[in-house]
Amino acid sequence: MRSFDYLRAPDAAQAIALHAQRSDTVFLAGGTMLLDLMKLDVMRPARLVDIRRLGFDRVDVLDDGRVRIGAMVTNTELARHPHVQTHYPALSQALLSGASTQLRNKATTAGNIMQRVRCGYFRDGLSACNKREPGSGCAAIDGLNRNVHAVLGGSPHCIAAHPSDLCVAMVAIGATIHAQGPNGERDIAFADFHLLPGDTPWREHALDANEMITHVTLDPPMPDSRSAYLKLRDRASYQFALASSAVVLAMDGDTIRDVRIALGGVSTKPWRAQPAEAILRGKPVSDGLIRDAAAAAMDGARSYGQNGFKIVLGQQAVARNLSTLLAP
Amino acid sequence: MEESTDQGIAQAARQAFPQSTEAECGAPAAATGTLYPVTFTVNGSTARLDVSADAILLDVLRDQLKLTGTKKGCDLGQCGACTVHVNGVAVNACLSLAVMHDGDEITTIEGLERNGELHPVQQAFWSHDAYQCGYCTAGQMMSAVCVIRDTRIPADDASLREAMSGNLCRCGAYRNIVAAIQHARAAMQEGK
Repeated sequence: MRSFDYLRAPDAAQAIALHAQRSDTVFLAGGTMLLDLMKLDVMRPARLVDIRRLGFDRVDVLDDGRVRIGAMVTNTELARHPHVQTHYPALSQALLSGASTQLRNKATTAGNIMQRVRCGYFRDGLSACNKREPGSGCAAIDGLNRNVHAVLGGSPHCIAAHPSDLCVAMVAIGATIHAQGPNGERDIAFADFHLLPGDTPWREHALDANEMITHVTLDPPMPDSRSAYLKLRDRASYQFALASSAVVLAMDGDTIRDVRIALGGVSTKPWRAQPAEAILRGKPVSDGLIRDAAAAAMDGARSYGQNGFKIVLGQQAVARNLSTLLAP
Repeated sequence: MEESTDQGIAQAARQAFPQSTEAECGAPAAATGTLYPVTFTVNGSTARLDVSADAILLDVLRDQLKLTGTKKGCDLGQCGACTVHVNGVAVNACLSLAVMHDGDEITTIEGLERNGELHPVQQAFWSHDAYQCGYCTAGQMMSAVCVIRDTRIPADDASLREAMSGNLCRCGAYRNIVAAIQHARAAMQEGK
């Protein structure tokens, strides 16, 4: 690992000021991804600013029904929080389906949202990769792209799938990211936070230079809803998703009153499947309706060779999650 | 204070990558050679150390504090051989900087026994033959202690296997590991 500075600050404003002094500075939270990528020489910061002790470690249920999550709340504590387990089961399940016990104990909410892709060409430090070295090309498009590469939202410059489970649940639930920077605080809709690769795959999120995530606020639970996260992968634990779905569903008798669906593992950002939601909303449940919605969820998907099976697997992730939630 | 292995590696890396920090970052890395004081508790004893920013907790435990029971496997958070407890929670020591742990309470495998008596998890691994080569065993046992203690994790075998999936065993001793942990759980509940 290359050498670097390590700095702490008593509050967020001073941490941001320390970050702003050097352009090659990164914030250090749990460190599970950052130190991994630094050891691999993929990330090369000259300064780490430790933000773990700034107080962003609480989960608060607000009077209006929303839930405010501190950026440093660990994946374990968020997944096991009684209010989250009761009112946002898809989020709890998504978190517990990710990584391992030890990693969840250390990894943070903000770190999970900020995590980098698992593409082997990004992580090897050598291959063509526009994220790591803009302009060098994308070795994955014609390469090994079965496991962690997207069929939705790709561009000719990058097809790496976003690896998070937490983010998929948050897109389905609806959430707001609170950021703080040199010019103060601002809110970013969760759905607008992650960027499609397009022509600039090295730009992955909506934060400005020197901004940090301080909190994430979940929308109030959909009234009288149930929710679940379904993750399909090559082994049953400690593995990234080939395809996953988060579904939040509210019924009115046999009719779907409201529904929100998001996909993971198949897309370059956490993927809200609004065409599928539109097909389901206000309709009486039937097998055919679920099939149509699952197909619509993968609208626009394309194969890059090895990952073509994800188009069908993504549909099945949606259909099975819906069917299980609808089962009496 | 002893020079940590990490500093040697960092120096070697700088020689191997002569274009590093200065050329790429536009300014010299102020960190080079800087030592940071850190104080934490290890197995009940206070450790006061001066460490470089890039000193990994795992390497400091093994090389500076000579607590070599904690093993280095993948060094990337994938195998669990380096699992230790920080403030009672199991984490991968390979993905932590020592300097992050000022004021923390750390327990390694050497800290599990009490007055020469094996911890019930250690005893159960012994009596169930829950290892072959033994390289992953310290990490397995450190995870197992936390999994048993965490009552939010259901006690059935499937939940146990899921909770232990961050500890790989290349010898494939998983069946005996599960049996040992379930036995230790029962022994610890009886002992209460």
